[in-house]
Amino acid sequence: MDQKEIIRIEGLTKRFSGKNGDVVALEGIDLSINQGEIFGIIGLSGAGKSTLVRCMNLLERPTEGRVFVDGQELSALTEKQLRQARRGIGMIFQQFNLLMQSTAIENICFPLLLSGVNRREAEKRALELLEIVGLSDRRNAYPAQLSGGQKQRIAIARALANEPKVLLCDEATSALDPTTTRSILLLLKEINERLGITIVVITHEMRVVEEICSRVAILDASHVAEMGKVEEIFRRPKTAAARRLLFPGREQRAEAPAFGAKNQRMLRIVFDGMTPFEPVIANMVLVCGAPVNILFANTRAIEGKTVGQMIVQLPEAEDAVSRIEAYLNAQNVHYEEVTDDVL
Amino acid sequence: MMFSKEMLNLFLEGTLETFYMVVMSTLLAYLIGLPLGVLLVVSGEDGIRPMPVLNRTLGVVINLLRSAPFLILLVALTPVTRAILGTSLGSTATIVPLVIGSAPFIARMVESSIKEVDGGVIEAAQSMGASPMQIVLRVMLPEAKPSLTVGAAIAVTTILGYSAMAGFVGGGGLGTIAVNYGVHRYQTDVMLVTLALLVAIVQVFQEVGMHIAARIDKRRR
Repeated sequence: MDQKEIIRIEGLTKRFSGKNGDVVALEGIDLSINQGEIFGIIGLSGAGKSTLVRCMNLLERPTEGRVFVDGQELSALTEKQLRQARRGIGMIFQQFNLLMQSTAIENICFPLLLSGVNRREAEKRALELLEIVGLSDRRNAYPAQLSGGQKQRIAIARALANEPKVLLCDEATSALDPTTTRSILLLLKEINERLGITIVVITHEMRVVEEICSRVAILDASHVAEMGKVEEIFRRPKTAAARRLLFPGREQRAEAPAFGAKNQRMLRIVFDGMTPFEPVIANMVLVCGAPVNILFANTRAIEGKTVGQMIVQLPEAEDAVSRIEAYLNAQNVHYEEVTDDVL
Repeated sequence: MMFSKEMLNLFLEGTLETFYMVVMSTLLAYLIGLPLGVLLVVSGEDGIRPMPVLNRTLGVVINLLRSAPFLILLVALTPVTRAILGTSLGSTATIVPLVIGSAPFIARMVESSIKEVDGGVIEAAQSMGASPMQIVLRVMLPEAKPSLTVGAAIAVTTILGYSAMAGFVGGGGLGTIAVNYGVHRYQTDVMLVTLALLVAIVQVFQEVGMHIAARIDKRRR
């Protein structure tokens, strides 16, 4: 592991004092995020993920514990030093939080003017950023004249203006439709690759993590339940919290019927929205001449595209399995073998 | 109803005096009320720089001043006015009680306008390293501009109403004409004309204010 660490959180606890006593939002969080990665933090609402990301730029002050960003202990800085440090940490929000009375370009200039850049320089930089987010032609539009996706693009450009090392995304795609979500995620990925900015993504949607994150932490009831490489967690979720997020609604389902031998192999098939809507599984069964047992399915058709995942139990015959795999490869459907403890 | 040339001149003079009082008082009252309103928001419990003691003290003082009826305040403040200007009569002298009487009201209006600004935008500015002063000047005030403009139109018309009341204590302007001719000499026609002029002035301020507020608000497409 020669990767440089850019964010480290040690023993972080956050309590909010309310009328009915203290509410624990986060407890004993330890986290390390490497430079240049896209790190996901996923959890159901109320798990404390928004509080956690706000502790990374100290919008929320931890009750206990320490927060380091780029080698600086944020929790030990003075107000003035903290403001300086925050300029190196960009942030985007679910509700975009743009200045409604300012145009797109003025919004992007805003953080630059705050840091004392002169207006001419700021506008020059803003034009470059508009180019990056693909909205050069909307520079004089007010936020009310922009669509949700366009607003988030402007917010991203604004967050990048001060050339931050880290970009925090707090449910940045949760207010957007699936197609727009995808385009914003692609933009984030491009920014990560092109500019080498570390991105922290807070979300409650597994597909967001699946799409762009390299590592993920699963937050459950104020604790980190599980942390690791995304594909590892998809393949072998160790905790109930992870399984709940991966396979929502499973707890309401009756126990999976135990067909065949216990050690039968299973495939997780992912529909990423790029597959045209067609009965993939039914065709697979017909073409391959091999029946499969569907153990879990969570798919939706959105604008004619299928999004979601399915877990199928494979037939015992080896040649049937290889026919199925060949069929899925030919159809360009993403799949992977999973062990039976995923469910 | 025909008026003599002198009478018409009197109306013109009264109108100009009223304009002078109202505009000057509004400007001076905003000079005091605007910072106070900002301070009320900033120092509040959920403000960007909470200062509970200052916030509570300010709140009490403003409420005290606001609960005094303006006519009482007008009379009670005559020694203060005399100390500042040497006289308590005429339109310039009336500016003193007008400012003191309306500044607390303006502070409350500014407070409510600024509280309407989306907390998320303020949080975004904080995440970019904005100082409290930068948040006030570059986020709160610009974002609240349309609402502040509506507030200003209301403030102007309220101050206009107060200025007319000052006619009873020799305050000058249209109020004095209404009192001197309409009340003391039973010249109802004069009173009606001053009333009509006051209504017209209120209309103008209100319409212009609302028009500007709607035009500068960029939240509508």
